[in-house]
Amino acid sequence: MINDKNSQKIVDHIHNFARKHSLWVLAYGTGCGAIEIPPTMTSRYDAERLGVRGAATPRQADLLLITGYLTTKTLKRVIRVYEQMQDPKYVIGFGSCTINGGMYYDSYNTINALDRYLPVDVYINGCMPRPEAVIAGFTKLQELITAGKADGAAKYKEKLEWYRKNQKNVIPNWTMPEYNW
Amino acid sequence: MESLLYSILGVLVSLILAFTVGMTYMGLSRKITARIQNRIGPPFYQNFIDAMKLYSKSTGIHHGVMHHLGPAFIMVTSVMSLMIIPILNDSAFFTNMNFHGDLIFLLYIMTFGPLGMALGAGQTGNPNSAIGVTRGLSQMVGFEIPWVMAIIALMIRYDTSSIVDIMNIQADAGRWIMFSSPFTFIAALLAMLGMFRYSPFDIVGAPTELASGPMSENGGKYLFTMMSSSSIFAFAKLTLYVNLFMGGADNLLVLIIKTFALYMVPLLYGTVSPRYRTEQAVRYFWGWPSFFGLLAILYAVFF
Repeated sequence: MINDKNSQKIVDHIHNFARKHSLWVLAYGTGCGAIEIPPTMTSRYDAERLGVRGAATPRQADLLLITGYLTTKTLKRVIRVYEQMQDPKYVIGFGSCTINGGMYYDSYNTINALDRYLPVDVYINGCMPRPEAVIAGFTKLQELITAGKADGAAKYKEKLEWYRKNQKNVIPNWTMPEYNW
Repeated sequence: MESLLYSILGVLVSLILAFTVGMTYMGLSRKITARIQNRIGPPFYQNFIDAMKLYSKSTGIHHGVMHHLGPAFIMVTSVMSLMIIPILNDSAFFTNMNFHGDLIFLLYIMTFGPLGMALGAGQTGNPNSAIGVTRGLSQMVGFEIPWVMAIIALMIRYDTSSIVDIMNIQADAGRWIMFSSPFTFIAALLAMLGMFRYSPFDIVGAPTELASGPMSENGGKYLFTMMSSSSIFAFAKLTLYVNLFMGGADNLLVLIIKTFALYMVPLLYGTVSPRYRTEQAVRYFWGWPSFFGLLAILYAVFF
């Protein structure tokens, strides 16, 4: 009865409801987009009313918010942080830099498309995206979770070799374990 | 035999009650904090959603056996303290498994949780956890002194170490201990600020400074255990304060009103205060709260 397909569907529905209304955000704020996070969280735009709340460590977080450009050096840390997060986990790419490099498109040490290195569930476009756009991004992610389509983590596990190849192409001195859960 | 069954049933019912009420209080505290900061804030049931989400997360972390046992220790402490604290006056279900001398037992068991957390956090090897544990134990040394002084003053004054006896004394006298020994109440109330770890005494799990301290390596189900046990423990402590100082409660509604009023003290003090440093927090507790504790003991001995 527990492994019955329909009862699993009901359990998934309840879990997705909980996941959707309780997104704990780990903001990887090395890019300039981090400046838009405080107004999103504080009294003007108040993301906590949607259940979005800051998490202190990757172990507690559900959502990795990558705010802006990533250099090859910080990409290494981001991969480490992403793999330390516990399933189910989501990634939001924030700002133009994560989509196509933005204003750093021809820089020698930043990556251009985040999607080649980590599975991104939602992109928020803009340079910088305003807090309204950020909240719209959260809402979009909530819709995807309800529909069961926010499966970036599953995709990452499935295509790990491809992601690893891309990551190792840009990170010359790879000293991390093959997969650090 | 039948009374034992009643006790066991009462413990189960009070456990569910403590979980529900404690979680609701935590959720309401988030709402109240939000309203004070001019925000809308999450709904009051947000903590239940958070708990469900944390429980549904997978956990693939292994740092050693103590890391797995740490949250269990905290849970055991919460449930154990709840078991010996009577919830209501003269109720068949809610007197729980209290016995003569349970106040002394409580003093011991309430420090067991932080110690278990210290062992669990120590094995994770995370430097933030180690700093958080050190801070937590220092803070405990701070607030335990006025708290123990208040309890000793109560024991000397009323010549008993049983919570039910103290509740009966208040019922007979028709006067709360809050008013008949005010210094004791002041010392215990100031110690409560440290016990609840709201700001300015949130030096243990400071989120931005220490990355949530001892629980920084705990996610998912571990965090769920810690969260629910802290809710149960909060309810247990509030009920203990109501029993000791505010004459207990005759029914659940009165209990909830009294505990909520008491809960507002650390919460509202916290929302308007910045964080202390460790030595400031310890010095605070060794100042006026200890002075009032001493005064309470002197008052109990000589009057």
